[in-house]
Order: sequence, then C-alpha cells, then structure tokens
Amino acid sequence: MIQTEHLSKRFGEVSAVEDLTLRVGQGEIFGFLGPNGAGKTTTIRMLGALIKPTSGSARVGGYVLGEQDAQIRRNVGILTESPGLYDRLSAERNLAFFAELYDVEDVPGQVERYLRMLGLWERRAEPAATFSKGMRQKLAIARALLHEPQVLFLDEPTSGLDPEMARLVREFIAELKVEGRTIFLCTHNLDEADRLCDRIAVFNGRMLALDTPAALRGQLYERTVVFHLLRADPALTPLVQAFPFVSKVEVIDRKLVVSLDDPETNNPVLLRALVEAGAEIQFVGELRRTLEDVYLRLIQ
Amino acid sequence: MRKTWVIMRKEWAEVFKNRFVLFTVAFLPMILTALPLIMLGGMGSADQLSSLTTADMPANFTALCEGLEAGDCGQYFLVSQFMLLFMLMPLAIPVTFASYSIVGEKTTRTLEPVLATPVTTLELLTGKALAAALPGIGVTWLGFGVFMFGVRLLSTSAALTAKLGSGMWLVAVFVDGPLMAVAAVSVAVMVSSRATDPRVAEQLSMLVILPLLALFFGQISGFILLNQQVMIWMAIGLIVIDAGLLLFATQLFQREAILTRWK
Repeated sequence: MIQTEHLSKRFGEVSAVEDLTLRVGQGEIFGFLGPNGAGKTTTIRMLGALIKPTSGSARVGGYVLGEQDAQIRRNVGILTESPGLYDRLSAERNLAFFAELYDVEDVPGQVERYLRMLGLWERRAEPAATFSKGMRQKLAIARALLHEPQVLFLDEPTSGLDPEMARLVREFIAELKVEGRTIFLCTHNLDEADRLCDRIAVFNGRMLALDTPAALRGQLYERTVVFHLLRADPALTPLVQAFPFVSKVEVIDRKLVVSLDDPETNNPVLLRALVEAGAEIQFVGELRRTLEDVYLRLIQ
Repeated sequence: MRKTWVIMRKEWAEVFKNRFVLFTVAFLPMILTALPLIMLGGMGSADQLSSLTTADMPANFTALCEGLEAGDCGQYFLVSQFMLLFMLMPLAIPVTFASYSIVGEKTTRTLEPVLATPVTTLELLTGKALAAALPGIGVTWLGFGVFMFGVRLLSTSAALTAKLGSGMWLVAVFVDGPLMAVAAVSVAVMVSSRATDPRVAEQLSMLVILPLLALFFGQISGFILLNQQVMIWMAIGLIVIDAGLLLFATQLFQREAILTRWK
C-alpha cells in the first residue's frame, strides 16, 4: 500500500529525509520511530501529498506521488501531530466540514457513526474547545477516518494522553488493522510501537534499521537467560562458561545471567548440567530487551 | 465549486461565533454610516451654509455642483468627504475576516488537516476570499441603504438628495467597493502566505487601506476630483489590479511553504 524508492526531501541546505526506501503491505501496522527532528512528520507530509519530495518516487494506495496527488489525498487519512480542530465549532460540525471536503456521500450518517464509535456522540453539539485533550485526539482520529481511507498516517496518536485514554486509542488502532487498513504510525512511545507494530523502522534523517520488533532485538542483542538460584555458588560460573554456546556469564546476587545463541535448544542442556552440579534453581526466565534498548542503541 | 461553498459556510460559522469579530464587522459600518448622516443632520438646512461660498471649496469641486444652490453645494462638499468611507468599509472588513480565516488557521493548526483533503488551492482560496469579502460588501450596501434613507429624512433639498444618490456614488459603492474588497482579500492572502507571524500578517494586510486614504485626503485637499468618470476609470483599474493580485496570490499560496515555514 505504501512504496517508496530513494525518497528524499531537502529544505535548502538541510536534508530532512534522505534516500528512504520502504514497502508497507495492506493491513500492516508500520512503526516509524525516530527522535525529534528526524524527519518523521516530513515523511508523512510527503506520503500524504502535502509537500513534494526533492527526489525519489513513491506510490501510496496504488497512486503515484506527484502525479496523482488528489487521489492520494482522497484515499489516505492523516492524523496530524496537533489535533487542529476548529475550537468554536461543535464536534459534529468539525467532522461534517471535513466529510464534505472528502466528498463523503452520507455526511450525517458517517459523522454519527464515528462520533458513536469513539464515544463522543453525547457531546456532539459542544464546541471542540470544551473537550479534554483525549477527546480532542479522538475527534481528530474520527476526522482522519471519515472517508474510510485504506491508508492511515498517525503522527503521535497517544501523545499527551493519560494511560487509560492512550490504551483506548491503541485498542482502536488495533481494530483498524483488523479491518484491513494500513497504518503508518509515528510514535515516541516505544512500548506502544512494540505492542502494535508488525514492523518497525528506526529513522533519523535516513533509515537506520527496519524489521520486526523481535528481529531488531535479535540483530542487536544476544539472547539472555536468567537462572534464579536459592543460593549463589561461584563454582557454577566456570561450569556454564565451559559450554561452547555460552558467550557470557555473570553472577548478580543470586542470579546467574547467561548470554547464549539459542535458548530453546541450549536451555535443557544447561539446566541438566546445573542441577547435576547441585544448583538449586527456583525460576528460569529470559531477559527480554525492550524496544527502547534497541532504539537507543541504534540512535546513539 | 461545491467545496468553495463548504469552506465559506465553515468560515462564517466559525468567525461569527467570535463576538469580537462580529463586533468589528458591525461597529465600523455603523460608525461610518452615522458620520455623514450626523454631518448632514448637524448642518440642518442649506440656509445655515449660505455663508459658504465656492471660494471655501476646492476650485474644481464646484464643477460637481451643477444644479445645486450654493448652500446645497456646500453641504454636498462636506458630506461627500465622508461618503468615501463607504469605499473604506468593503476594504477594511474583509481584512479583519481574512486575518482570522487564513492567519488564524495556521496559529490554531487547523490548516494542515484542510490541506490534507482533496480540496484544491483555487477552491480553498476562493472560499476563503468570498467568505471574507461578501460580509464586508453586504454590510457596506446595507450601510449605504441606511444612509440614503437617512438622507431622504434629513435633507431639505431634493436636488442634494439626488446628487448623493447619483451614478457616481452608485458606481463607487456597488462596483468600486466590491472590487476593493477583492483587492484587500488578495493582499491579505498574499501576506498570509509569506508572513511567518500572524501579527505581522494582520498589520501588513491593513496597509491595503493606504491608497484609499490617499484618495480621501486627495479629495479633501482638492488635489483629486472624484466624479463619475473617475469612479468608472477606478473600476477598470481595479479589475486589472484584482486580476493581477488574484493570480499572484494563488501563486504565492504555496501549500508547502505554509506548512513548513510557519511555526
């Protein structure tokens, strides 16, 4: 649904986006991560046909960027970083205005559908200025969906929301994926990206990494298994270190932290050896690297 | 042009919910309509101006007084200075509107979602321009209607009443005024497209009033004589200027520049 080839954008001497090549399939939630000023919003604006790329090419929803911009705008939904609502207008009037600009056939029906879906129907007649940040964000999401776009660009959809509201928005995004919509998600919330995204691109002016969250972890970090022992025993360290598949062993308090290649295959061997050596094992678990670890390592 | 109408309705719905804007739209025409009427009512009959001679007026002004008594000519001279304000209304009001509709959109960050829709630049600008210009034009015409009604009540001279509603002023109010409104909105759009600060945009847009002020003082000083011919030439000139300004404004309204330069 989204395909870019060497897409670049320069503002004078400043390069905002450099040589971006990616493909996002239908029904995929694609995370686009990067620090402030990395060019994420510029990328969304280019793919939403709001600004022109300096070089490179792209297709969005099957339409060619630069040649079929009106069709692209008609077929994508953009949630901008700021909700950008008309504060003096009611929630209903805000949505109706955009529904008309998107040539929605049944404007009142579609407005009602999304206001109800996002729990705003009861407050439809109230000015947007009276809404909380979470309600404003929900209204902005409804606006991006009114014309039933198959491709959605969401720029920081849960930014500034309280945990409960953020969770509601995340659940809503997951429902959109079930409907088969393609979602291009820019976020600083790495936990959110980890939970929602099928694939993640780490971007800082140029592409630093692109893969599934699990694969990104695997590319950067060895897998680590933690054995919780009843009693610490220094003699266990050389025993474990002797195995060829073990790359590193550490004893931290009563925990034996072991880095190895393939826990699924190696753990039974290691466990047997430890038990035979008299180790009293309480629990065994995998030390899971967070996406934040991966992200920070890539960005730094 | 359906989307132009959609934009116009939204503009009006939003702007007229702002009491301050509503006040500025209503207040200025009320004052500018009342001023010439107060002047006319204050002067009373032409007899009170019988001491006013043609020597007290710009030399070329008496050419406009054909068919008027000397006193009526004096009244006409004084009132016509204020009637130029009917040309100021369609110029000043749209600037207030345009400042809200274009500059305001950026400050409230509502422009980007609009630009993300399939609306074309022409539809967007036309909608905003018409939404800004039409209230000013409508209020001006309404004000002129009230003024003419007041003239009928207050004037003691049928010849003076006819002179104040002559072709010259009809061209000024019904042709030159709307054309000036278009010019004002075009300038506001241009300034909005390039300015990076809404306050600067508002202030610069107001500069569009300067040529009219020059006309105002030019007439008072006798340097310019406004007659029907001048008004018609002014209309022709304004058509050319408007066409150029609209073209230039459309070219200057670059979506990318507006989205990326304004902070």
